[in-house]
Amino acid sequence: MEHSPLSPDADPREHLVVIGNGMAGCRAVEELLARDPDRFRITIFGAEPRVNYNRIMLSPVLAGEKAFDDIVINDAGWYADNGIALVAGDPVVAIDRAAKTVATRGGIVERYDRLLIATGSDPFIIPVPGKDLPGVIAFRDMDDVGTMLAAAEKGGAAVVIGGGLLGLEAAHGLSLRGMKVTVIHLMPTLMERQLDEAAGWLLKQALEARGQTILTGADTAEIVGDGKVEGVKLKDGTLIPADLVVMAVGIRPSTGLARDAGLAVGRGIQVDDYMVTSDPAVLAVGECVEHDGQVYGLVAPLWDMCRSLADGLVEKPTGYRGSVTSTKLKVSGIDVFSAGDFSGGDGCEDIVLRDASRGVYKRVIVRDDRIVGAVLYGDTADGSWYFDLLKKQEDVSDLRDLLIFGQAFAAGGGAADPKAAVAALSDDAEICGCNGVTKGQVVSCIAKGAHSLDAVRGTCKASASCGSCTGLVENLLALTLGDDVQSGPRTICKCTSFGHDDVRREIALQAMRSIPEAMQKLHWATPDGCSSCRPALNYYLLCALPGDYVDDQQSRFVNERLHANIQKDGTYSVVPRMWGGLTNPTELRAIADVVEKYNAPMVKVTGGQRLDIFGIKKEDLPAVWADLGAAGMVSGHAYGKALRTVKTCVGSEWCRFGTQDSTGLGVKIERMSWGSWMPHKFKIAVSGCPRNCAEATIKDFGIVCVDSGYELHVGGNGGIHVRATDLLCKVATEQEAMDYCAAFIQLYREEARYLERTAPWIERVGLEHVKARIVDDAPGREALRARFLHSQSFSQDDPWAQRAEGAEAEHHAPMARFTPQEGGFLKEIRA
Amino acid sequence: MNAEWLDIGWVDQIPVRGSRTVQVAGGDDIALFRTAEGKVFALLDRCPHKHGRLSQGIVHGGAVSCPLHNWRISLSTGEALGEDKGCTPTVPVKIDGGRVLICRASTLKAAA
Ligand code: SRM
Ligand SMILES: Cc1cc2nc3c(=O)[nH]c(=O)nc-3n(C[C@H](O)[C@H](O)[C@H](O)COP(=O)(O)OP(=O)(O)OC[C@H]3O[C@@H](n4cnc5c(N)ncnc54)[C@H](O)[C@@H]3O)c2cc1C
Ligand code: SF4
Ligand code: FES
Repeated sequence: MEHSPLSPDADPREHLVVIGNGMAGCRAVEELLARDPDRFRITIFGAEPRVNYNRIMLSPVLAGEKAFDDIVINDAGWYADNGIALVAGDPVVAIDRAAKTVATRGGIVERYDRLLIATGSDPFIIPVPGKDLPGVIAFRDMDDVGTMLAAAEKGGAAVVIGGGLLGLEAAHGLSLRGMKVTVIHLMPTLMERQLDEAAGWLLKQALEARGQTILTGADTAEIVGDGKVEGVKLKDGTLIPADLVVMAVGIRPSTGLARDAGLAVGRGIQVDDYMVTSDPAVLAVGECVEHDGQVYGLVAPLWDMCRSLADGLVEKPTGYRGSVTSTKLKVSGIDVFSAGDFSGGDGCEDIVLRDASRGVYKRVIVRDDRIVGAVLYGDTADGSWYFDLLKKQEDVSDLRDLLIFGQAFAAGGGAADPKAAVAALSDDAEICGCNGVTKGQVVSCIAKGAHSLDAVRGTCKASASCGSCTGLVENLLALTLGDDVQSGPRTICKCTSFGHDDVRREIALQAMRSIPEAMQKLHWATPDGCSSCRPALNYYLLCALPGDYVDDQQSRFVNERLHANIQKDGTYSVVPRMWGGLTNPTELRAIADVVEKYNAPMVKVTGGQRLDIFGIKKEDLPAVWADLGAAGMVSGHAYGKALRTVKTCVGSEWCRFGTQDSTGLGVKIERMSWGSWMPHKFKIAVSGCPRNCAEATIKDFGIVCVDSGYELHVGGNGGIHVRATDLLCKVATEQEAMDYCAAFIQLYREEARYLERTAPWIERVGLEHVKARIVDDAPGREALRARFLHSQSFSQDDPWAQRAEGAEAEHHAPMARFTPQEGGFLKEIRA
Repeated sequence: MNAEWLDIGWVDQIPVRGSRTVQVAGGDDIALFRTAEGKVFALLDRCPHKHGRLSQGIVHGGAVSCPLHNWRISLSTGEALGEDKGCTPTVPVKIDGGRVLICRASTLKAAA
């Protein structure tokens, strides 16, 4: 390469040498020229064979929205006009600080008075087999875009590893260019550094709707191919064919040169507030630096750095103080914004607005009356306003109530009183978008006697669908009625304005498939719910989607997560199933052995006709279960909102009064119904005659055998409020007794509210309703029974056996052990 | 060996909206929590109410609900939230290169 003006010895000015012809390097030079154009003689070395361009616009170039020429920042004329020597396509390979020279790969050695390192970042390549195969690239510069475009010409499949900002922009571009794109992301939600779970879920939906395949929680094991890339293999064994693999898993500051030259380097090249490194003659700027412990991967902070660097160089130091950053995703048609700290937590207040019909999610996080973070999805118009309030640390207490509605609303009325804002609305202003209900209609329906939210929902339908106008309707009720408003329906918890029945209905109507989806569509007021609503949602989804729904372990109470009952001292009790209360020497021996082997302090006969082993440590549970499993025993679900026990008496086989084989029937029923998840626990009993030794008339489902058949009883409860059962009907055969039982369980599963046992459920809906569904409607009963058996085909998989074989070991094993006596070593336990 | 911090493992070993423990010989366990947002916190695994294992609770927002009587405990301060009063000691924790580090001094205190 020819570079004539490299050493004009005649020039008496100090020589500034810049390594890196990228965004920060050139911006720093621009800032310097603006302050003092003649101060330095300038030479820029760039590894890329081209002039300086806007790197962030590589995504639009890939997507076909821009050409390279459109994104050039400084063309050749700029270098010439400012007397800057550009050495492009020849990377610097060494810095000699003693001699004050830099050397390039091409052999150029150049002396400097001041050196500026602006080498940016290196893409992080995950060290898996196959990472060096042709066709595996990063997404960092124009050459990468060229490779992607060439691959896209040929069509085929692309895999993008990494579901962050860069990865998604690459995926978007490749998919617009006609490739079949799969995104592999290690974390459970996309862009988890910038977006919370709710926004991440919306984003995933939107991208999938555009035809991309998004695999979250997916870990890459290896890239396969013979001579060139052919596919990506995940740790779970899945193989995804690919003609192109883009690794976009992260970046690392490019610090190699600086480190070799002996400069202070941490995560990045360490600089002070004036961008000066540990050597006063050497400066650094951009993504390659570490300032005050921080490294940055976005351009906004670089601009601030470049300003203070230039101020320092012309001896008018202002100093850089770090930056708060905000992010936008450049995927056309998908609006995402995030800024600041959105992790919430203590002293933080979350203000959440969800508008499912428009696909909007907004969350502003406020601490001590200041905005500390914001996540916006679908409507990002107010992003810059929130970001501004955040950066200025403005007191927002006056705006608090209207903040989430955005700048126009909050600044508009002057009076920040939501009631006043609603009062000011005209009569034909639309209140409920889903059902097209105006303010006038809501007010007139209140005037006609709808004095509660529920009544309004029932009459004019306002707030009955997505619920986002609930606040407006409540304000109208308060305005119209003053103190006469009747309290609304009992909501599940403070996270939502909906009650259990509304939520169940909407889950079915809108075919919802996950907890984040339900929270979004139903406008949850908190980002991830609470310990009341999450278990309820998890159950409703599980019941609605048998075999399909992926259970959310973190939304289950500890007993169900660990398949054992927690005790006050933190140990667990273990109750294996004893079918119908029957046992045998093998089982008894296995239990006795477990009690001895694991030093269980107590074993007792329960009120449910089986044995309970107490005081087992969480870590020992899988081993205990393995031992019990070896004797043929399975989980008794004594811990679950599930089928508990089927109590039986001895029945016709032994008892002189027995009319039918109550023991045998009890065992059959338990075999049919064990393992099913229910709104609350469910107990069954079968007594062989009306003497009722199995106490069948205080069970959720009780059978009393008589000479002519079987009396079926429902809705009994022996707990806090004792309730004797209602007689449902009498049937003639064992098979009918079982069929009615299955249908009844399913009706309860589908209709009762979470944590409502059969007794209060039947009191609420009435015995007649249950009879109508189970006794009078034979096809309906058959359908309920079939749905129950279908769902059972997925749930009768002994959870203890799975855990004993090592499933979900992380629930049981500690992550590490610490023993102070042995010098404080930690033993890591990989699970 | 780093004197101040104990390296206990990878962040992704702690389930999101879940927790793991570090067993401390002769003392209370330390519970590590990871919120939906990916933040990691460490507390003694001991509810201020009746010593429930907080690690076994449900994590939501920046809090955990104790498995025994459902007190809500702040993950960042260890304080009981709402009407309840009490506090669980926190353990300084930091993430470095994907590894979770907890404060050695606090861990030793837990063992005492
Ligand atoms: C072990 C056992 C007592 C015993 O030693 O006999 C027992 C123990 C517990 N019962 Fe019970 N109940 C036991 C039979 C009963 C019975 C009798 C029965 O099933 O015939 C009843 C009354 C019948 C009924 O449920 O209608 C009973 C009514 C309750 C109630 C009140 C339920 C209600 O609807 O009012 C609770 C509280 C709850 O569930 O919310 C409860 C809760 C509990 C819990 C789970 C408390 C808890 O949350 O920790 C206890 C767990 C101890 C453990 O770690 O195992 N237990 N409990 C019995 C286990 C039976 C089994 O083999 O699975
Ligand atoms: C596809 C893409 C999209 C992005 N989108 C956004 C966005 O929307 N918003 C945002 O804020 N940020 C975005 N970024 C990040 C942004 O581009 C970077 O923060 C910014 O470019 C960093 O500037 P820099 O000068 O530090 O590094 P760079 O711009 O990377 O410049 C460094 C230059 O130094 C050169 N170099 C390295 N080593 C040597 C050497 N030894 N000798 C000579 N030259 C060398 C490199 O070749 C490179 O040209 C995006 C980045 C990419 C890749
Ligand atoms: S009666 Fe009360 S104390 Fe006894 S096991 Fe049941 S819940 Fe526990
Ligand atoms: S021990 Fe935690 S709430 Fe009671």
